[in-house]
Amino acid sequence: MTQPTAPAAPPDQAEIDAIIAAHAGLEGPLLPILHALQHAFGHVPQAAFDPLAEALRITKAELHGVISFYHDFREAPAGRQVLKICRAEACQAMGGAGLAEGVLRRLGLDWHGTTGDGAVTVEPVYCLGLCACAPAVMVDGRVHGRVDAARMDALLAEARA
Amino acid sequence: MIVWVPMDSAAKAVGADEVAAAVLAEAEARGVTLDLRRNGARGMVWLEPLVEVEIDGLRHGFGPMSVADVPALFDDLSAHPRALGAVDELDWMRRQTRLTFARCGVIEPLSLAQYQAHGGLTGLRRTLDMAPAEVVAEVTASGLRGRGGAGFPTGIKWQTVHDAPGSRKYIVCNADEGDSGTFADRMIMEGDPFSLIEGMAIAGLAAGATKGFVYLRSEYPDAIAVMEQAVRIARAEGVLGPDVLGSGRAFDMEIRVGAGAYVCGEETSLLNSLEGRRGVVRAKPPLPALAGLFGCPTVVNNVISLATVPVILERGAQHYADFGLGRSRGTVTLQIAGNVARGGLFETAFGISLGDVVETLAGGTASGRPVKAAQVGGPLGAYMPREKFDTPLGYEEFDAAGGLVGHAGIVVFDDSADMLAMARFAMEFCAVESCGKCTPCRIGAVRGVETIDRIAQGDGAAIPLLTDLCETMKDGSLCALGGFTPYPVMSALTHFPEDFARSREAAE
Repeated sequence: MTQPTAPAAPPDQAEIDAIIAAHAGLEGPLLPILHALQHAFGHVPQAAFDPLAEALRITKAELHGVISFYHDFREAPAGRQVLKICRAEACQAMGGAGLAEGVLRRLGLDWHGTTGDGAVTVEPVYCLGLCACAPAVMVDGRVHGRVDAARMDALLAEARA
Repeated sequence: MIVWVPMDSAAKAVGADEVAAAVLAEAEARGVTLDLRRNGARGMVWLEPLVEVEIDGLRHGFGPMSVADVPALFDDLSAHPRALGAVDELDWMRRQTRLTFARCGVIEPLSLAQYQAHGGLTGLRRTLDMAPAEVVAEVTASGLRGRGGAGFPTGIKWQTVHDAPGSRKYIVCNADEGDSGTFADRMIMEGDPFSLIEGMAIAGLAAGATKGFVYLRSEYPDAIAVMEQAVRIARAEGVLGPDVLGSGRAFDMEIRVGAGAYVCGEETSLLNSLEGRRGVVRAKPPLPALAGLFGCPTVVNNVISLATVPVILERGAQHYADFGLGRSRGTVTLQIAGNVARGGLFETAFGISLGDVVETLAGGTASGRPVKAAQVGGPLGAYMPREKFDTPLGYEEFDAAGGLVGHAGIVVFDDSADMLAMARFAMEFCAVESCGKCTPCRIGAVRGVETIDRIAQGDGAAIPLLTDLCETMKDGSLCALGGFTPYPVMSALTHFPEDFARSREAAE
């Protein structure tokens, strides 16, 4: 399950319906469907709301409640790359807060912001399970540990290339 | 030539894939016949990427390896600058009692044959010859308690589900390992996934459930990939499915991916999330064991609890119970993290002191500065000052010292840590992650951040207010998020009052 990297394709109704149909038989199908939609389109497209609510016999309000509850789901596309920087305690103990501040300052962003060229979205994450090789970040589903300023620069350059 | 390079994500995060590619390229360039194997991690994260070269069945370690160190692996190994000696003989490995993690780092994670060659499926086979009540009794007798943090006896939970009326029951594995400083769940899922599958199958047979779910956090893409493959393999090989190991009894399972909400590590939130709802906490009672997933009797156990079950059934309850301290039986999987010289996973009997872990095992800080505090048990655990480092690792012992063992993650901080900032972060984290059900958590955490900001600006009168707020959160929250956030906050305030005594002048 990697975060989507492709620029959001225009949501295709047939594809939306196919994704919903493929998962509708699961017990508790909503989260798997939302993940699959986001994987395909880079976000949960508005065009999926009606068919999804109908297929699962829930209201659109309930659907919105679920999508907005979870940090992972987005209703608009992110940047081409999503950089997640761990803010949790173990990474803080190894200078993670300073690393994150440096990135945000350099890109002129706040958390959840996207660079003007649409290349990078920076998000906080609370633990990647890399607490013994902190500080840690994840770029589009790939993890990096013992990240210092130089390594961060290289990752950012790669992400923006 | 047999070479092992870990596929654990901590190893990958520091270049294991690049090292593996370099090993392949170098072998090809030299015309050496290479058998490259990808194992899980041994748990010595400071040595990652830790490459092992197998000679006459003995595995020699080299680490931490960089791509530049690879060519020398093909020359005189004894002269290699990263040579560590035989991995099993390293002090870190020899001092451990590896029961749950016996196979982790040793085998190829997705090889069911290697899993079985190292004792895998013995416990499940034994289970199939026993009555469900006998299996439950065995787990109860082992003294195993929930390793996710709450420490509730696993066997009692199984008994409740076993005895509950209902034809549809579930086994749910809580793999939403969101606590900072913890990675044991991730390591076992990436390094020995069949142990979790076997543990869940045993739980299903014991409790009378035919279906299981692993709720695995989305922050662990590598663990998700390994677990999904392992379930497919287990199904294809008849370990899972309608006829478990030819017994005629059924158990199957699915991997479900979380969506970034910390609170879903709380069992009732997790159940709501699995059902496709907002991950809001449910009031108890009813207990999930009686009315859990879709209202059915449900065992909710942590990854390590379930992955420990096979070895208990393999070697017997007494073997497991013989390790430990007081009412904390068996082994604890310490996760040593943060600012430490040697971080990683260390499995040992309960009873080792916190100071021994921080000073002897971890070797002090990575920065070389003095240790200031260790947070034990995740973001909801207390900050333990050096004066409390003689506390032995045990559920009751830590409770008596004003802390909690939790999932046994230990995050070490050096003397540059600002404990007021850490207390503020605890409140901020609670505010971000609160599910919103309980007012003291939802609103209190926001007010907590503001109150700590007042203290930071030299307003000492806000300290009693913070104390009072923590009392309210503790007493008025349904789950551990609101209820335990006071632990890090109050322990920081109590043990490091100097960090909270800011003068107005200094603040300005």
